[in-house]
Formats: sequence, C-alpha cells, structure tokens
Amino acid sequence: MVDRRLRARRLTVLLAVLLLVVCVLSLTTGASGASLWRALTDLAAGRELSVMDRVVLLDIRLPRLCMGILVGASLAVSGAVMQGLFRNPLADPGIVGVSAGAGLAAISAIVLGSLLPIGLQQFLGSALVPIAAFFGGWGSTMLLYRVSTRGGQTSVATMLLAGIALGALAGAASGVLVYYSDDNQLRDLTFWGMGSLAGATWTKVLAALPIIGLALATAPFLARGLNGLALGEAAAGHIGIAVQRVKNISILAVAGATGAAVAVSGGIGFIGIVVPHLLRIATGPDHHSLLPNAALLGATLLLAADMIARVIVAPAELPIGIVTAILGAPVFLWILLKRRGDLGL
Amino acid sequence: MSMTAQLEARGISVTLGRRQVLQDVDFTANASSVTAIVGPNGSGKTTLLRAMTGEVAHRGQVCLNGHDVAKMQPWQLAAIRAVQPQSSIIAFPFTVFEIVRLGLSAGLSAADNTVPMQALEAVGLAGFAGRMYQDLSGGEQQRVQLARVITQVWEPIVDGTPRWLILDEPVASLDIGHQFTVMDLARGYAARGGGVVAVMHDLNLTAMFADEVVLMEAGRVAATGTPAEVLTDETLARTYGCPVPVNTTPPAQIPFLLPQARSTLKARNALAARSS
Repeated sequence: MVDRRLRARRLTVLLAVLLLVVCVLSLTTGASGASLWRALTDLAAGRELSVMDRVVLLDIRLPRLCMGILVGASLAVSGAVMQGLFRNPLADPGIVGVSAGAGLAAISAIVLGSLLPIGLQQFLGSALVPIAAFFGGWGSTMLLYRVSTRGGQTSVATMLLAGIALGALAGAASGVLVYYSDDNQLRDLTFWGMGSLAGATWTKVLAALPIIGLALATAPFLARGLNGLALGEAAAGHIGIAVQRVKNISILAVAGATGAAVAVSGGIGFIGIVVPHLLRIATGPDHHSLLPNAALLGATLLLAADMIARVIVAPAELPIGIVTAILGAPVFLWILLKRRGDLGL
Repeated sequence: MSMTAQLEARGISVTLGRRQVLQDVDFTANASSVTAIVGPNGSGKTTLLRAMTGEVAHRGQVCLNGHDVAKMQPWQLAAIRAVQPQSSIIAFPFTVFEIVRLGLSAGLSAADNTVPMQALEAVGLAGFAGRMYQDLSGGEQQRVQLARVITQVWEPIVDGTPRWLILDEPVASLDIGHQFTVMDLARGYAARGGGVVAVMHDLNLTAMFADEVVLMEAGRVAATGTPAEVLTDETLARTYGCPVPVNTTPPAQIPFLLPQARSTLKARNALAARSS
C-alpha cells in the first residue's frame, strides 16, 4: 500500500525547491532592467551595488517578495484551517465573508484611525491596520460559525449564504466609510482595495509579520485536532481532542492570518480554496502535511500570480486579485459541481 | 479484578427540548462482560449511551473505573474508552487506513503501527486499507469506524484496569455474516477483560452475545438482568407493545432463521466430519 505520508513529505521538499525557484524568478522579473545576476556578480566581486539596483532590488522587489510569501502562505493556510474547522472544502475566508469583515475593519482603521487618542495612534503606528483587520476577521469568523453551526453540524448552504450576507454588509459599510474619507485616504483605499502586492514596503512587511507568523506557527498544533474534527465533533472528543479549544484556536489563527493578509494586500481571493484542494488531491487530507504544504504552495502560487500580473501588461501591472480570480474561480465551480450531491445543494 | 472495574451511571436525567427523554436512570456495566441496552424506538437507549459518553447534557453522575468522567480530560478518557458513533460522514477524502490510524493517536498503543492493520482484519476488511472511505458502502464504513474504535483501546486491560468499548448499534447496517464478525469481536474483547456496552436493536443477537441486558422503556429502565431473565414473553410483550414469543417455533410453512442454531450446526458438522 502506498503510504501517502511519505508522498506528502516528498512533496514538501519539492514545493520548497519550487518556492525557491519562484523567489529567484520573482526577484529578476520586473519593469526595470535591474538584474539580480548583475547585482550578485557585483556583490561577489566586492563591488558596491549601483543605486538603481539597490533601490529596485532591496526596497521594491525584496519587500514585495517577502510580502508575497507571507500573504500567499497565510491565505492558503487559513483556507485549509477554515475548511478543517467547517468540515467543508468550500469554506474559504474570501468566499464566506471573513476577508470582507477584515477589510471593513481595515478601512475603518484607515479612515477613522485619526479619531483614536494620539498616544494610541503613535503606539500602534503601522500595525493599526493589521490589528484592526485581525479583529474584523475574528469577529466575522465567530459570527459565521455561530450562524451556520448547530449542535456541531455545519450547514453548507447556511455558511455560504451567511457569507454572502456578511460580505454584502461589510461591503456596504465600507462604502459608507469611503464617503467619509478625505482625498489622501481615498487614494490609499483605492490602491488597497484592488488587491495587490504593489504597495509592499518593509514597514508593512514588519507590521504584518508578527501576526501572520504567530498564526502560521499555531497551525501545526492544530493538525491532529482538525484531523479528528473530520470525524465529527463528538467523535473528535472521543479520541481525546479538546474540541472547543481546537475550534477557538482555529478561529483565532484564521482571523490573524486572513486579517493581516487582507490588511497589507487587500482582497486577494481563491488562494485559500485552490491550494488546499490541489494538495488534498495529491497527498490526501491529513492536516499534518496539508498545512505546511499549503503554506509553501500558497506562497509559490501567489508569487507566480504576482509575476504574471507584473509581466502581462508591462510596464503597467494588473491587480493580482484579478489573476488569482481567473485561476481560482473555475476551480471553485469545479469543486461545487463535483460535490453537489454530497453537499445537498 | 478491583471493585471499580465498572461503568456506573447514577440518576441520569436528560431533557431534550421540552421532552424528558430519560428519568433518573441508573445503569451499571461490568468489565469482562457485554452489556446490551435494548428497547423500542424512542425509549432512550441511544440517549442513555450519549449521556454516559458526555455527548448530551444530563443530570446525574457517570463513573468509569471509579473515576467521575466529568472531572476527566478528553485525552484521559480517550485512553480508556472508545466510542463508536451510529453513523459517520467524513468531510474529506481520507483512506480507510488514515481513518483507522486516527484511533492510534488517542490510545496507548500509539507506537504500534501494525494495530490498524490487525483491527481491519478483525472487522473483515483486510485489503481495504488503501481504499477511499467515501467510496465504501454503509456497512463497510461502519466496520471501518469499528476498526478505528478498537484500535484506540486495542489492549482490553492496561495496568490492571479494564478499557471500554462503547458501541451505538454496532450491527445496524450489517449483513448477518458481518453481524457475527462484529459481535464475536465484542465478546472476545470482554473475554480478555475489557468492558463492552452496546445499544442493540436485534434481540436475537442480544440473547446470544450479551451477559447483561438493560431493557429501556419510555425513558426508564424496565428490566435488567441476564438475557434469560429479561427476554421473556411477558416483559417483551409489555415493553414492545406486541407479542414476541420466546423459544417458540412458528407454524411450519413460514421459514425462520435462528442464528443461535449455529452452535448446533457446528456440532453437527464436526460429527459428520468425524464419521466420514
């Protein structure tokens, strides 16, 4: 018998290599003629980098690369965790309104942040938006879970419909906030909302890193619990899993990862649904391998999508959310059609 | 064996909605024996089982091997008690082996990777390890769940204390051959010192395999004792509301099956083999 654990471990190595390759490609691709190879040969020869190369590589492409890895990994992992929590392959923070909730909180922070006491504003600094988005994501995940789960059973139809309502509500509230924003804020909001890694700066990377890092670090500890939850809540309890704790931590991890990702990159959809789905086909649904592999594949896929977005209409660039939607929406429909019977839709 | 090798429930009452489903039920099951909970639909047998496993909110106290289960952590309970659900839909495409292995991580046999395969063989599913759980029939899925459950408490006695199999209608959707496989397995577990508590529908199988029978009626215990004591014409007719004659052969033209006769059959075959 083929043990899928072995295959999953091999896949982890393969994905790590793939990520490395995409990282190198991503650093070398772009509108400017800056070349990673020239920079590397310069460095190797002990020469100073040219100002141009330094700016393009270190201040534009490298933070963008880090941001892509963080955002891609957190979107994919929060998708996988959420699907495990809801026991449903269609649960994705983008689709069921968690991203919208996080987005509303992020917009509130951008527009209304100046109303906070000055001391608090200075203390939070650039972390204000990610933190707000975390709470927004947390609130909407909790709400969604309460609405769609009864007696340990999650209704798919309720979850998807509640997600639509939640998304619409958050969208409407965000729209109202946009009217209250001044010109500067409006500009920020517009760029933010398109879903892009274009605005990546070291400040943003460092603001998102602690939250995303913490959320991703908890994921491995959830693996056994999420595997158990696949059996149903009662059965999970009987094999010794502290079900309520697993659910609480899962919700916090999803909120943290999604919230921070949304805060720094706007709405990038479908990574959370495509990545876990492909991995389940390849090596099965065991969360011990699914979660780390999702982080690797999510980062790889987002960096690849970002390269496509940068190259396809160069020197301008497409919002990355468009690229991920083109790749992801058909996969979502495919799962929906294939599982229509089981899902009772 | 110590005095506390028991599953003991005292004063269990359960209210679901406005209906009182269980009223002040006392229940005792001993290790080294199979205890069957029987009764008509809606009599509260499954609710009693779920109250004892902590799945439904209840009043009263449940003790396992002398410890109050309400004060135990999930992993402590999982190490001495495994519970088979009535039915189980699994969310993702796990293989049979992956499902059974989930039982390993909970139990004390965690180091022994051969246990899941032995468990699959014991439930008549050798060779199914690589199959997708979702592609199996209802009866096969049920036996996979049983394999997972016995994997969790593989050794019936650990450090002198018994471990427990709690089964909710373990033979409900099985053919008659596999009903025997499963009930023999339960018997064997009890014979090696473990405790087995099962909700049963089939009174014939109950008569054959149970040491103790608890007959439920309208949320109360109507009778307890050995099968011979509980399964009588009078008690059954009263509880089930229809005549269920015990040890009576029907009129000649109706075929009837008596699984109990398999011991007679075995003896007869052995005799035939010897004489030929």
